[in-house]
Amino acid sequence: SMGHWSGRSWSTASSSGRRTSGGMWTTWRGHVNKINVDLVVSQNPYFCLSFQTFEKLLIANRGEIACRVIKTCKKMGIKTVAVHSDVDSSAVHVKMADEAVCVGPAPTSKSYLNMDAIMEVIKKTRAQAVHPGYGFLSENKEFARRLELDGITFIGPDTHAIQAMGDKIESKLLAKNAKVNTIPGFDGVVKDADEAVRIAREIGYPVMIKASAGGGGKGMRIAWDDEETREGFRFSSQEAASSFGDDRLLIEKFIDNPRHIEIQVLGDKHGNALWLNERECSIQRRNQKVVEEAPSTFLDPETRRAMGEQAVALAKAVKYSSAGTVEFLVDSKKNFYFLEMNTRLQVEHPVTECITGLDLVQEMIRVAKGYPLRHKQADIPINGWAVECRVYAEDPYKSFGLPSIGKLSQYREPLDVPNVRVDSGIQQGSDISIYYDPMISKLVTYGSNRAEALQRMEEALDNYIIRGVTHNIALLREVIIHPRFVQGDISTKFLPEVYPDGFKGLISIDKSNASSWELFVHLGDATHSAIVSKTGSTFSSCFVSQQVEVDGTKLNVTSEWNLASPLLPVTVDGTPRTMQCLSRDAAGNISIQFLGTVYKLRILTQLAAELSKYMPEKVEEDTTSILRSPMPGAVVAVSVKPGDMVSEGQEICVIEAMKMQNSLIAAKTGKVKIVHCKAGETVGEGDLLVELE
Amino acid sequence: MAALRLAWRRWAPRTPHLRLCLCRAGSTARSPSVPERIQEKRRAALLGGGQSRIDAQHQRGKLTARERVLLLLDPDSFVEYDMFVEHRCSDFGMEADKNKYPGDSVVTGQGRINGRLAYVFSQDFTVFGGSLSGAHAQKICKIMDQAAMVGAPVIGLNDSGGARIQEGVESLAGYADIFLRNVLCSGVVPQISLIMGPCAGGAVYSPALTDFTFMVKDTSYLFITGPDVVKSVTNEDVTQEQLGGSKTHTAVSGVAHKAFENDIDALLNLRDFFNYLPLSNRDPAPVRECHDPSNRLVPELDTIVPMESTKAYDMLDIIHAIVDEREFFEIMPSYARNIVVGFARMNGRTIGIVGNQPKVASGCLDINSSVKGARFVRFCDAFNIPLITFVDVPGFLPGTAQEYGGIIRHGAKLLFAFAEATVPKITIITRKAYGGAYDVMSSKHLRGDVNYAWPTAEVAVMGAKGAVQIIFRGKGAHAEAEYIDKFANPFPAAIRGFVDDLIQPATTRLRICRDLEVLASKVQANPWKKHANIPL
Repeated sequence: SMGHWSGRSWSTASSSGRRTSGGMWTTWRGHVNKINVDLVVSQNPYFCLSFQTFEKLLIANRGEIACRVIKTCKKMGIKTVAVHSDVDSSAVHVKMADEAVCVGPAPTSKSYLNMDAIMEVIKKTRAQAVHPGYGFLSENKEFARRLELDGITFIGPDTHAIQAMGDKIESKLLAKNAKVNTIPGFDGVVKDADEAVRIAREIGYPVMIKASAGGGGKGMRIAWDDEETREGFRFSSQEAASSFGDDRLLIEKFIDNPRHIEIQVLGDKHGNALWLNERECSIQRRNQKVVEEAPSTFLDPETRRAMGEQAVALAKAVKYSSAGTVEFLVDSKKNFYFLEMNTRLQVEHPVTECITGLDLVQEMIRVAKGYPLRHKQADIPINGWAVECRVYAEDPYKSFGLPSIGKLSQYREPLDVPNVRVDSGIQQGSDISIYYDPMISKLVTYGSNRAEALQRMEEALDNYIIRGVTHNIALLREVIIHPRFVQGDISTKFLPEVYPDGFKGLISIDKSNASSWELFVHLGDATHSAIVSKTGSTFSSCFVSQQVEVDGTKLNVTSEWNLASPLLPVTVDGTPRTMQCLSRDAAGNISIQFLGTVYKLRILTQLAAELSKYMPEKVEEDTTSILRSPMPGAVVAVSVKPGDMVSEGQEICVIEAMKMQNSLIAAKTGKVKIVHCKAGETVGEGDLLVELE
Repeated sequence: MAALRLAWRRWAPRTPHLRLCLCRAGSTARSPSVPERIQEKRRAALLGGGQSRIDAQHQRGKLTARERVLLLLDPDSFVEYDMFVEHRCSDFGMEADKNKYPGDSVVTGQGRINGRLAYVFSQDFTVFGGSLSGAHAQKICKIMDQAAMVGAPVIGLNDSGGARIQEGVESLAGYADIFLRNVLCSGVVPQISLIMGPCAGGAVYSPALTDFTFMVKDTSYLFITGPDVVKSVTNEDVTQEQLGGSKTHTAVSGVAHKAFENDIDALLNLRDFFNYLPLSNRDPAPVRECHDPSNRLVPELDTIVPMESTKAYDMLDIIHAIVDEREFFEIMPSYARNIVVGFARMNGRTIGIVGNQPKVASGCLDINSSVKGARFVRFCDAFNIPLITFVDVPGFLPGTAQEYGGIIRHGAKLLFAFAEATVPKITIITRKAYGGAYDVMSSKHLRGDVNYAWPTAEVAVMGAKGAVQIIFRGKGAHAEAEYIDKFANPFPAAIRGFVDDLIQPATTRLRICRDLEVLASKVQANPWKKHANIPL
């Protein structure tokens, strides 16, 4: 079954969904008429049908991963049951599933984590198996145990493996015993902040404080000194408690400047296990992955095999029977250390599917039914290269991404670009709410080599239409063309190293000495002259062919524009580019997205431009004496009251958004004038929280 | 002719210095020729109150009257009238030459906005603070008369300290002359006021009589009496900005329809706004070339109305998704936000949109929203602009504040306006259409031409809970479900033909475009009357 993946079959599949929004057509009652199956699934149908698995499967998840699982179920002829919260009642995964049942209100603890309600739905719908996706109940041994008791198949490893690997302390011991390289650290639960400091000193700074039950970067803090250790202990235990209901923490040596490379493993119930190559996940922000790829530019075949074999050894040591991921930190000398094992399907699994041709969800379902693995280690190829960008509803200009919410007023996935796979669970009109992960989609491109995959990614990002929420395409678009990234010179510190002052968008264009112009162009803070001369005798509003002179450089620009379309294809000196017009208004303000970055332009007549100098500067709000919420979320704690003196950098309040606790600090030393928020309140982006005198 | 012109040139003074001498001392030196004097007057008129006053105007962040006119109109299209008119006051030393400015304190004329004719007056703050003299008023009246005659809108750029006190009653008469014309032009040609500086005292009533009043943020004020008089009469301490700034009038009083950042922003937006308007009541609403397919499906509308009928959504999302290129010029966006009104286009054709806004006060009708809606509906009806109404209204707002304020009288205005309107009227019930508010919101019964309901529509006398309480005196818990089953859906209205069709929301745009095509030839007349008597 090698090489079943092919560009041709992929593009055929994606073309069926062309010109639809969100990649799918639905009837107006919400029943799915036609889904754009763009998965890389290559097994021939005969082979699939010969393995009966389940008649009905419940997906205990939401969003893109629920949709992803449903697609494979459909392919395998398995009926699907979706669960959803009340705010998700018209979500895509609900429409795609054969049945859907509401399991509670919006907060995850009352819906997607509500085991009682989900068990009830399983009984009612007579589902035989449950796929947990990732997050939520995917690594919850209690859930797995309850399913086992009721005779329902959990699509994942058994409770023993979840238990063993879910606990970082236990997993580290297991790994040691299985002769897997591990990081020096304290193999036990840390009781309090004082003990944390003591242990940290023993191991030697820097140290990593992390939730024992954690994963996905939540409840994780790096500390370089005693004070940071105390603070980290406090935040991590709070986050761990709110995310996992388990505030136990552990501490280990922090490997500075490492790469994050993980090995996908697949085991069955017959003692077999395979490694499906690595994924490079080093591009991270705040310990959460942003760009992933497979394979890694860094690994040579020997290191890959060594890592793969250790991963398989660990899997076998816990009798692992499903898809799982063994995460490693790899230092610059290719020493690798076991980090943790995720006993679930990973977010970034599509890149592995692209290069190996396997459908991991299908394999998980087969294995869960008890079938033995149908591949041998030698059957696992690395075909080409795949890159995944996590497209998030967040503002990349604030700490590489602070959550944003809103309604996707316009949304179109770039499925016209060949060899693009988009895993998403939203569509035009969907809401990105504060209750769930702000991921919009996983954008995956594939090529015969890395350069090709990256080239496609550029195109895909340029053609991706997302309106209504702030998104991180600007950051993604720039990372994938950054020389260090292109050369493969990356580490988990890539973002803070490349953008020490935070992400600012594409390089700004130098100020020029414009002396005369036909068009007067303000770009950023700079002024540019552009002499536009029409070629041809007619000027049609749809077709523009112009020679543009920008600061003395002549460019041939041809384009076919329809101002009602959000995409503006343009050819500049033979190079095709896609720009997007995000907004334009009567006063000449235009927002153009070009190479991912949004440029605010102002186009004025010469007279208006000249008179602009008389327009008064509007007084900017003094932002040092007021604190506004940088994102929508819930106020967890307010540390000050009116009349308090605060010093610069002192914590004023903590906002929790998307399960992350963010400490908001005073921008100056002063006295608190008014406190506009209190713990427990929900605040919107830009809401006034605290005023200083 | 050529020879003559040559001769003039030979005799023309060579230096500005010399020219000045000639002007000042006509008796001693040779009198300047008429062409010279024409040039001289024109040059003086262009300078208004002189360079120092122009600089002062700029320093205030304001443009001059002429700069504003040039920005508003297409290049080279301005045709000026009455550049030589001077004030006629001879008291208080006003008769002195130095107190005479050619054109006086207003610039008037006509020109084109994107090729379409408009009459403009622009008050010149650099001349006597833009104060209104008899001559000033006469200039404005002249262009208003002509605008009404040829059928073209009048745009006023207001920047005036008030009456020319030196002229006394002459100035007051001037105001009244303008007011009269404002009234006579009302409903004949669109009248727009853009307040770009002070506008106080009697002067405020001219903008108030026009169809739309826009303001410039931070530099414009509208009030009957300024802060000083307020202090002396009512002992209130209030700043100019609080009393009559753009925030006050766009959000609190509802006097102004929209505010813009600065002069340039305002004038460019005014050009954009002008594109929506017909030139007169004899003109059809303009049609612009449209690249947005008229048969475009809008699938996100199928899920936009939340399942729970108590949950809000943004009516603007529906409007933006349906109209051409998502362009919607909202009128009074900050005032009575429980109703949304504004202009947009469908397949290139200007339409007026009225929609309840569930996001604000559940979209209920109250005094302010009724008056806001009514005035907008009447403008559209006066100028042949079809009305599209989106209904999600739980009823009129209850309470003593509303009753004492006269919600009965004010709510009747919106009812009156919709009922009286003879332009094409298309109504879409997106969710609630309860009680009398259902009748008011362009219902079939008020001559709605096409009335649609989405599957989420509930047309009923009131919400289920209240209805059951009344019918069963609180004794029928089961009855609530029955009531919901019976009335919380669009069928009762559809069975009776009160809605013409129950439609899939995604098809709303294409249906409206198709209906507007059909209704373009609609002819409907009200009975003859001198004028109706709307409950003011």
